[in-house]
Amino acid sequence: MNSNTKNFMDTEAVESLIDVMAGKIWTLLNERGISDPLMVGIRTGGVWLAELLHQELGLKEPLGTLDISFYRDDFTRIGMNPEVHPSDLPIPVDDRHIVLVDDVLHTGRTIRAALNEIFDYGRPSSIILATLVDRPGRELPIQPDVVGLHPVLEPDQHITLIGPDPLGLVIGTNTNRSSRNLEQE
Amino acid sequence: MSRSNAELQLDEAGRLLHFLTIDGLGREMLTEILDTAEGFTGVSERTIKKVPLCRGKVVANLFFETSTRTRTTFELAAKRLSADVLNLNISASATSKGETLLDTLRNLEAMHVDMFVVRHASTGAAHFIAQHADRGVGVINAGDGRHAHPTQAMLDMFTIRRHKSEFVGLRVAIVGDILHSRVARSQILALNSLGVSEVRVVAPRTLLPADARSLGVHVYHDMDEGIRDVDVIIMLRLQKERMKGALLPSEHEYFSLFGLTERRLALADSEAIVMHPGPINRGVEMDSQVADGSKSVILQQVSYGIAIRMAVISMVIGTQNLRMQDVAV
Repeated sequence: MNSNTKNFMDTEAVESLIDVMAGKIWTLLNERGISDPLMVGIRTGGVWLAELLHQELGLKEPLGTLDISFYRDDFTRIGMNPEVHPSDLPIPVDDRHIVLVDDVLHTGRTIRAALNEIFDYGRPSSIILATLVDRPGRELPIQPDVVGLHPVLEPDQHITLIGPDPLGLVIGTNTNRSSRNLEQE
Repeated sequence: MSRSNAELQLDEAGRLLHFLTIDGLGREMLTEILDTAEGFTGVSERTIKKVPLCRGKVVANLFFETSTRTRTTFELAAKRLSADVLNLNISASATSKGETLLDTLRNLEAMHVDMFVVRHASTGAAHFIAQHADRGVGVINAGDGRHAHPTQAMLDMFTIRRHKSEFVGLRVAIVGDILHSRVARSQILALNSLGVSEVRVVAPRTLLPADARSLGVHVYHDMDEGIRDVDVIIMLRLQKERMKGALLPSEHEYFSLFGLTERRLALADSEAIVMHPGPINRGVEMDSQVADGSKSVILQQVSYGIAIRMAVISMVIGTQNLRMQDVAV
């Protein structure tokens, strides 16, 4: 973490945002008549959130995790992420309704990568996108269905979920983006 | 040697530019390769067994020495990364080193190949190509002479880690023709670098290099003693052509002295695993019962070989820009 970051939200505030998200997801699933969705968290922050949401919603199907390292569009520029984990979708995604969870929606590139990866597992019926934070700066036509928070940020500011225990949101300013830590939010 | 190997293979930030030998890479890089391979293991089980990482890249398998398993798994690994693959089997007799090798290289570079996977009967062939290839081109050593076979060693390390979870505290025995084995040389470097407690080599005197102990191993000439209480047994292939060189009396006698049987396997740790880089000579290096038995992980090695090669190919292709920048500076 850079030294120029400052706390933006503590655990309690983040947890209440997660409660709000869970309620919105519940409503949306009911509206669409979806009973057994597969929840999938995007590594790393999205998995922390998905674990809590999964528990809170009492979903029956096991939680899935995605590591989008192999689907990044900046691989040829910055190379392989040295901390990659296997993705794990525990049940077939064919004809399944999916709730995709991530921490911060920014450029939309992570979600683009995640959607491509999911479709390499099969053809889901639908995908709902739930993010804790939806911030300005979209570079692709991707929009969330469920959002916890819409913060007002300067373009050079970045917001990051830290965790998993305790969870918190911090805000920092981009100074020198080292090639190995370039964020793809 | 070690220093230049590090310089040729790693950039200042410790990223993998080429993968030529285990020597000089260090525990951190070896662990990064294993971790990256772990990420790729799931790809083979999906509906679409491909990731788009190396789309648009061209990988040339440059095999001056024949091989089925290694070439096939490299080909499959590159294809699962969405790269295009050229397989070039160039028989050693058709080329002599030096000019001809460079000419081959220049021709392939003109086709905008991004990576060479090189197997050659001569030690140092992959190094030579890495030093002379266009800077954008990454080179992976798929076996050179008696020198190194680093991807085989890494898939072996991956297999061990999958079964034993930690290297520290392990006792590993490598059995067979150490003298002619590039696999053994790479394995010994990797095992010691990853911190296993004890590496043993078990072989007749005629199949051991004179300086065996300087490799950092304990030497055994008696099979029963050599594999007693070990956690991992790696059997090497006995190359039949060695029989003619009067290094060994007969296959039968070799088997009776160094063959792995159920009786001998019982001397190892009760949780021991049995490995072999293939192809197995049944009844020479080991009994069929052992090869097909519950402790054998030989076929897993082949599967893991794909994940390891995906890891190394993608890591090296991922530093292509760094290699190019190096030229500009």
